[in-house]
Amino acid sequence: MMQMTGAELIVRLLERQGIRTIAGIPGGAILPLYDALSGSDIIRHVLARHEQGAGFMAQGMARVSGRPEVCFASSGPGATNLVTAIADARLDSIPMVAITGQVPLSMIGTDAFQEVDIYGMTVPITKHNFLVRSAADLLEVIPQAFRIAMSGRPGPVLVDIPKDVQNQIVSFDAYPEPAVPDSMPVPDMAAIESAAKMIDEAERPVLYLGGGVVHSGASRLAVTLAEQAGLPTTMTLMALGTMPIDHPLSIGMLGMHAARYTNFILEESDLLICVGARFDDRAIGKAAQFCPNAQIIHIDIDPAELHKIKTAHVAINGDVATVLEALLPRVKQSLRKRWLSHVDGLKSRFPMAMPGRDDPRTHYGLVHAVAAALDNEAVIATDVGQHQMWVAQAYPFRRPRQWLTSGGLGTMGFGVPAAIGAALSEPDRTVVCFTGDGSFKMNIQELATLAEEGLNVKIVLMNNNSLGLVYQQQNLFYGKRVFASKYRGEPDFLKIAEGFGIAAVDLDSSPNPRATLAQALQSRGPCLIHASISREEFVYPMVPPGAANTEMIGG
Amino acid sequence: MIEQVAEPLQQQGFAKVVLELEVNNHPGVMSHICNLFARRAFNVEGILCMPMSDASRSRIWLLVFEDQRLEQMVLQVEKLVDVLSVRRHGAEHEVFERLEKYFH
Repeated sequence: MMQMTGAELIVRLLERQGIRTIAGIPGGAILPLYDALSGSDIIRHVLARHEQGAGFMAQGMARVSGRPEVCFASSGPGATNLVTAIADARLDSIPMVAITGQVPLSMIGTDAFQEVDIYGMTVPITKHNFLVRSAADLLEVIPQAFRIAMSGRPGPVLVDIPKDVQNQIVSFDAYPEPAVPDSMPVPDMAAIESAAKMIDEAERPVLYLGGGVVHSGASRLAVTLAEQAGLPTTMTLMALGTMPIDHPLSIGMLGMHAARYTNFILEESDLLICVGARFDDRAIGKAAQFCPNAQIIHIDIDPAELHKIKTAHVAINGDVATVLEALLPRVKQSLRKRWLSHVDGLKSRFPMAMPGRDDPRTHYGLVHAVAAALDNEAVIATDVGQHQMWVAQAYPFRRPRQWLTSGGLGTMGFGVPAAIGAALSEPDRTVVCFTGDGSFKMNIQELATLAEEGLNVKIVLMNNNSLGLVYQQQNLFYGKRVFASKYRGEPDFLKIAEGFGIAAVDLDSSPNPRATLAQALQSRGPCLIHASISREEFVYPMVPPGAANTEMIGG
Repeated sequence: MIEQVAEPLQQQGFAKVVLELEVNNHPGVMSHICNLFARRAFNVEGILCMPMSDASRSRIWLLVFEDQRLEQMVLQVEKLVDVLSVRRHGAEHEVFERLEKYFH
């Protein structure tokens, strides 16, 4: 018979689940748990400077490892500060377990100090959530939380634990087994047979890969399918890296900021094979006009995604890797010469224009210079905005989990803490965080965490002193009425970095920016790399919001 | 240049459907379910919820319109961890009919 407090039990269960690093911030209602955590020799705590930062650190760890990771926050404002990071994990299907302290059970509902209904608030943004009402329930709830976070389509789970439950003594005979994912649904073989037949019979098929390919660890299978059946392959923002960008069958990212040829190829396709993607509006533009002549095969682990936006002719509910494995032996080898040479023709007629790509003082040139100084082992994180799209367009991604970006929620402030999380999980890699000055300021306090941990994170700041994508949209779609998108003040980011104890280099003043950049990337430890970018540089091509993907502007 | 925004659909004129859900019985289940419908402006005409005989589960009856989004609604409800099963009945199901006298 074992006896311990609820808090100690949580720590033991997390240890047994394989958790080794937790990001968080303590506060009154979670102090019993922190007290118990201080006694753990196995779990290391990383003290964030804002709970949103802690949430994104857990996400960064989960995005590179594929395993659920944990963040802690106290009740009230601590818990509400986690909300954005949880919603972000939900939209990008990232496995995460957020544990929050809550006021004691008897005080719930009394407007107690630092009381919020975080359970109620997170209902629509979690995969599932729990309010734990007795310490004995933890024996079931904690493993359940991990099982839910990692099963099927991954996602965030919140566990809200009142302070008295953390202090309550619980007796039990044995620890529950650590959670394992549920078994995957058995895919419908008849549907797989018809999918294979459709692929064999199609004349102009396109393979459309989404984040599900990354989560399922199926990128090699997807590339094999493309090679076997001669399928030009496009990737969503979330799927970049699943097929190396320089693979002859890659047609790059689709959607709002795709190369013109990519959207034109999709327009002409007669069969779209959608694998672990969800027909997001930024990827497909106006749904009714997306791939107007194509039949659709849709493979997804989440049955609610099938037929949600586009009705599929063949819908297969299952784990992407399992389905692709079953599909591969049924699909004929095909060179598909005519279609692929047409695709190549479109590629050369409507290529991705990257002005300045050889000049490291331009946005595309800077992205290329960073890539040239690194190998495929580096992890590339971004914030959200123009810099994110330029990196998505120009960086040569060649492996899954190389690329960490906030896709669905589009959260400015994601980059720095997510990069810290990636470096915590894989300290031997170089982690680069591309950011913009708008995004950077949204979680800039995490520079303190970064300096404290001394992680190998390089922040490449593309500074145009404005909210660039807003400025761009106001110029393109709001009659050039520029409002609230240009900053009047101009912080000195080099001094800010210095103030936090982080090395900084300025490419603007460097006589040889390429060399300065390479040196900064190659020396170990955190570093801020500052580069000014003209505010008048826009992300092109661009599909106006709500328009069809073929109605691109620029590029 | 107008972004696509889902507008509440006119639901009058559609046939009604009765959904029978079996769920885990604990505080919070109703909010998970009602949230899904409210967010999508999918009108729920009637709700009835009582614990089942073993008290660890509840049965929820929902009266909804059968518009073209119902399929997707049911899939979203089935995704909820606390929802154990969803069955669909026609509007002729007597569960709500027998309650009508309390709503005049």
